[in-house]
Amino acid sequence: MQPEKQNREQQHRHNGNGQSGHNGKRNGARAALRRELHTFVAHVEDRPGVLNRVTSLFRRRAYNIDSLTVGRTEIAGISRMTIVMEADAATARLVEANLYKLVNVLRVEDVTHEPTLLRDLSLIKVKANAEIRPKVMQIAEVFRARVVDVTTESLVLEITGTEDKIQGLIDVLQPFGIVEMVRTGIIAMTRGADGIPIDPGFVHARVPTNGDS
Amino acid sequence: MKRRGAQILWEALTREGVDTVFGYPGGAILPAYDAMLDYDIHHVLVRHEQGAAHMADGYARASGKVGVAIATSGPGATNLVTGIATAMLDSSPIVCITGQVPEAMIGKDAFQEVDVTGITQPITKHNYLVTRAEDIDRTVREAFYIARSGRPGPVLIDITKNAQQAEIDYQPDEAPIRLPGYRTDLAAVAEEYEHAIELIDRAERPVILAGQGVIHSVAGAEVLEFVEKSEMPVAMTLLGLGGFPASHPLNLGMMGMHGESWVNQAIQEADLLLSFGMRFDDRVTGKLAAYAPRARKIHIDIDPAEISKNVAVDVGLVGDLKQVLRQLIAAMAGRKRPGWLDYIDGLKGHAAVRDIQRLPDTGHLWAAHVIHDLWRLTGRDTIVVTDVGQHQMWEAQYYKHDAPRTLITSGGLGTMGFALPAAIGARFARPEAEIWVIAGDGGFQMTAAELSTCAQEGIKLNIAIINNGYLGMVRQWQEFFYQRRYAATPILSPDYLKLAQAHGLDGMVVSSRAEVPRAVEMARSSAATMVVDFRVEQEDSVYPMVPAGAELHEMIRRPEESALPSPVRQSKDRPDTPVRAPTSAIAETGRDEL
Repeated sequence: MQPEKQNREQQHRHNGNGQSGHNGKRNGARAALRRELHTFVAHVEDRPGVLNRVTSLFRRRAYNIDSLTVGRTEIAGISRMTIVMEADAATARLVEANLYKLVNVLRVEDVTHEPTLLRDLSLIKVKANAEIRPKVMQIAEVFRARVVDVTTESLVLEITGTEDKIQGLIDVLQPFGIVEMVRTGIIAMTRGADGIPIDPGFVHARVPTNGDS
Repeated sequence: MKRRGAQILWEALTREGVDTVFGYPGGAILPAYDAMLDYDIHHVLVRHEQGAAHMADGYARASGKVGVAIATSGPGATNLVTGIATAMLDSSPIVCITGQVPEAMIGKDAFQEVDVTGITQPITKHNYLVTRAEDIDRTVREAFYIARSGRPGPVLIDITKNAQQAEIDYQPDEAPIRLPGYRTDLAAVAEEYEHAIELIDRAERPVILAGQGVIHSVAGAEVLEFVEKSEMPVAMTLLGLGGFPASHPLNLGMMGMHGESWVNQAIQEADLLLSFGMRFDDRVTGKLAAYAPRARKIHIDIDPAEISKNVAVDVGLVGDLKQVLRQLIAAMAGRKRPGWLDYIDGLKGHAAVRDIQRLPDTGHLWAAHVIHDLWRLTGRDTIVVTDVGQHQMWEAQYYKHDAPRTLITSGGLGTMGFALPAAIGARFARPEAEIWVIAGDGGFQMTAAELSTCAQEGIKLNIAIINNGYLGMVRQWQEFFYQRRYAATPILSPDYLKLAQAHGLDGMVVSSRAEVPRAVEMARSSAATMVVDFRVEQEDSVYPMVPAGAELHEMIRRPEESALPSPVRQSKDRPDTPVRAPTSAIAETGRDEL
């Protein structure tokens, strides 16, 4: 959503320096709370306009999306979104509550503090002639990236991993000249045997209160 | 059986109990209008689709039932937008049905094509685009269910012309509604109730903040029981007025920007606030950082997304207010709080009577006197529908509502032009009720064309125009915060007597307080809609007032009598009276305004 944010260093992202500031307009007491990257997994009905309803909600409430991906699931008619945004705990709960208000949203889970697999996929086209090629391929091997296209003047690398790992590869490729790059954004899945229940019987309305920290 | 989509629409609406709709025909909705003639539906032809949405809204607010507005594609649909947003901000259950160009023409910028589901997405609770006749029945059922359940709100159904025209084999849909992502059963857990009870039993200086949720939840009896068992005073929001009787000794009155000073003072000094179905709007909190600094807060709301949205609370109890209160009443200890109540009584001092009594009866007419007299002369079940501005606040201050659904007003969106169409809607919901429209001369002119609707429908309303020759509330802000530079606020009115007569209605002009009772009596006894033009003082202001962004107890009070402007009517063009020295509270207000 925000390419310039994608390139920020991981250090920054996790410390949360409060620079995007929309929370500062909210309750002063809460603005002081620690901001971090929150990852939501949302199951939604696969209907026209649903993605638009979700993104429109973030725009309407002045929440900034860091990354949003959407794709099919194991169940026909249900899509799964992974949404990453920087927020304090109270704002994250409000986001969750607001997502639940969308009629087509079935289930929202904030997996930020769950053991979770986070993956991002990237294709990176690097300038590389015959002389440079071995160096780039060597780097690719270190990062377990795959070479998926070669020309006399370029290489395309495919890499899957956490944002940190991909950013690391980008940083070392930069000096060779990156011609173009594309990233999917983060997808997430919690570890362990259980999946996220899509249609649970009872949902405890989790709301932010002063007891949260 | 064979049915066209348009017929299915009316059958589905009829099964939802709809017998009255407010609308305006046009090309893309023509099949629906044609089919309507064969069903037992009363259609009220509006003069502008905004009026249709407000009428559906007024109908809903007066009855608690879902109101229905209908319009054609393109401009018909976009004209609904203000009315839909009004219903959204005030959680009013309406269903809007719009025609859409045939499916094959969507995206082609066809004549009168507009992406109305896109336009209304942020101002509806949910909306639908229906392109097949097969989907109409189910969609109507879902729309009504969504509109009236949980936190109510507007739902829009956009139906393409081909879907209205297609003929299909049709059996009414009897299956239960299945909306797996729409949950009205989100609820708090036991520990949250325990925490709330602990705070309630411990509080020494509690204040209940009662909002429209009391009315939506039909929780008046539970609120009364809670209040009397706990002896807690109640402050009202604008939309909550009527939800708890104004005449009850524990009802403090309205809170917020134009609330009573002692109410705001009590909130600021409270050690516990209990929010009953209200959402801490900026008009009731003032400066958030300084809001009720010593109070623990319990927020009861059916919408989880309201909890801690504006004010961080200690306990959020999600659920239907009526059910939540029943649980709390059963569990709480109950106690007396004479010290706190006496203290609040002391805060009232002479403020309780100061504002209206300080308005001298000099033979001239003050708006507050008109509204106060209107309240004295009308009954408990009279429905008052107000517009937006000074008169709206005076109404909230001086008309004491004792019953729910007796005040219908645009709170959240503050939509000028709301009153007349909303009152027409209320009339169809409550055919027997006495209904008064109170509107300013500015707002009334925004939708005055609906007088013609009154005439065509032959309905009876009493219309009080509080006519001060200004867009009064804006003028008041200019007086307080813009050095009295009256940019674009003087407004000329037509001759309302003649305007009424031109529509075949009755009219009257009143310019002194002595004439008010007789005018009210004449309006009530007239068989036709009566327009009463109350020519009130031009430069009066609504007091007390918390300037936007100020702390809740920092109220501008009505100047002492000596400082009042001389009650001489000024000409309608630019007034040339000298600038009054601002009160100290005003002078200090160098704040960002909202």
